Amino acid sequence: MADDLDELGDLEHGEALEEVPDPDGDVVIRVRGLKNQFGEQVVHEGLNLDVRRGEILGVVGGSGTGKSVLMRSIIGLQQPTAGEVSVFGAPMVGRSEEEARGVRRSWGILFQGGALFSTLTVAENVQVPLREFYPRMGQKLLDEISGYKLVMSGLDPSAGEKYPNELSGGMKKRAGLARALALDPDLLFLDEPTAGLDPIGAAAFDELTRGLKERLGLTVFLITHDLDTLYAICDRVAVLADKKVIAVGTIDELLRVDNAWIQEYFTGPRGRAAEHSAEQAHQEQAA
Amino acid sequence: MQQVARLERAGEVVRLSGPLTLAQLGNLPRRLDAAVKAGTHIDLSGVERMDTVGAWIVHRLVRDRGAAVVGADERSASLLAQVAQADKPVRVRPERPGGLIRLLGEVGDATATAGRTMLGLVGFFGALMLSVGRVIRHPRRLRLNAVVQRFEVVGVRALGIIGLMSFLIGIVIAQQGAVQLRQFGAEVFTINLVGRITLRELGVLMTAIMVAGRSGSAFAAQIGSMKLAEEVDAMRTIGVSPMEALVLPRFLATVLMMPLLAAYASVVAIIGGGLLSWIALDIPPVTFVQRLREVVPITDLWVGLVKAPVFGAIIALAGCFQGMQVEANAEEVGLRTTAAVVQAIFLVIVIDAFFAVFFTEIGWN
Repeated sequence: MADDLDELGDLEHGEALEEVPDPDGDVVIRVRGLKNQFGEQVVHEGLNLDVRRGEILGVVGGSGTGKSVLMRSIIGLQQPTAGEVSVFGAPMVGRSEEEARGVRRSWGILFQGGALFSTLTVAENVQVPLREFYPRMGQKLLDEISGYKLVMSGLDPSAGEKYPNELSGGMKKRAGLARALALDPDLLFLDEPTAGLDPIGAAAFDELTRGLKERLGLTVFLITHDLDTLYAICDRVAVLADKKVIAVGTIDELLRVDNAWIQEYFTGPRGRAAEHSAEQAHQEQAA
Repeated sequence: MQQVARLERAGEVVRLSGPLTLAQLGNLPRRLDAAVKAGTHIDLSGVERMDTVGAWIVHRLVRDRGAAVVGADERSASLLAQVAQADKPVRVRPERPGGLIRLLGEVGDATATAGRTMLGLVGFFGALMLSVGRVIRHPRRLRLNAVVQRFEVVGVRALGIIGLMSFLIGIVIAQQGAVQLRQFGAEVFTINLVGRITLRELGVLMTAIMVAGRSGSAFAAQIGSMKLAEEVDAMRTIGVSPMEALVLPRFLATVLMMPLLAAYASVVAIIGGGLLSWIALDIPPVTFVQRLREVVPITDLWVGLVKAPVFGAIIALAGCFQGMQVEANAEEVGLRTTAAVVQAIFLVIVIDAFFAVFFTEIGWN
């Protein structure tokens, strides 16, 4: 019994736990007048975007329109040339490391390639954020939490002890998702989560994302090229073109926007096929 | 006022309230662990928010202690069901044998790896010679542009750092030699020391070490990252031989540049020694050069120039071989780069010892 207690540890840590400030109410991510410039090349100029609490926002755009750069600006990996970005009401530009910590605790990020730490096993990867923020958590609880997170992310239990280089691309993505979910974040960034997955795996990933959103009330910022994902799980879609967000709304709303690229994107052969399968799935659910 | 998860105990019922989330749990798991026994009812009706960690803490009590959950709302129940479903034994790290067995295993592994590396290096040399043969038969297959480009990278761009290093080494040898030789009143022999040791040994050896650090490591890293990005595989499928396109230009450039760099290094080192002799020992440059011509046989230059291309070959082979061995992950590029430099320097020094014996035997001393 006493051993058990020690193994469990507790979750207390020295600093006071403050709720993340949230004067904006329903807007989780607010981007205003964002400008990103690399040398001569201007990627974003005057870009505005709001992400609301509890929604899955899909971000689409042609190759090179700066979808990933936008995500990197929001999470503070890319210092914007100009403009304001706030997450949970806290400004991301020019904030101190101390302030950033509070925000970092409440988000999880899945990078395109998984970005797993190659010297750690998959389960240890999931434990990294937990160890960082809850250094006094017991090893047993850490092991258990990393275990159920991995299974929840759709990995086989045997994957926990493997090293990232022993995993396939799809498994890396799932492991990356498990790490992004380690702290039970309120906000999840996904960069092309279904790219490179087989259709069954991609559909399962969509389902997983939607389930997480529904059960945990997650807000999801989702960069994707996958039309099926857009139709299946996104509440709203933001379209990036001409260095800014040219339209935001549900797919039905976007279809009414008079823009050649948007029309081509959603009503091209692939767009129609995705719409069709989404409708079918809907009808099956209703039946 | 900050919200935390709370626990109240009333007989067989433990009532939880407040947010049951990771950030708000505090020491609740420990207190729960003490409070809950078999048959305890955990009342969740006061819980405002719950995340998967909160659900897990409750779930493990149900699983291990046989506690019962009451008063869970729909979302909490669904979360509990979800974590229960995800509760499968997951091992965190692979099992490793302990103590002596592991030590023996590691020694065995290292021995086998060393043997395999040596064999692989010999095999790599053979494969390279085959492609040299092919290029000799079809000279147009030689990538002259690539070779010339490597001349610049391996040779020309190394002139600055090798010159500076050699100059300083020349000064150090002359200075240290003069201090010792002065005790016998034989300062003038400093010239013998500087001239002979730089031409025979230090000029070429230090150059080899510098080239191994500069270019051997670069070869391993370049080829290694190309292997990671599947560039080497793409080459093969197109019908381009990586040996001819990647390894041969680097090999030729290093073999041809090493004698030039070694000769240059020796000359700069002698200039450094001469300068110190002039300043510290009052030996004028004219006397220094005259004496140098008397005491340093021309064979000393040949010794250096014969060794240089061999060392160059070893450095290029080790670098390219290690680069081609990269597989799997980026970490290996770093390991292989280190291995390339260590292997190159080690082999250079071993071969240098053989050369020393050889040149003595044929009377070049």
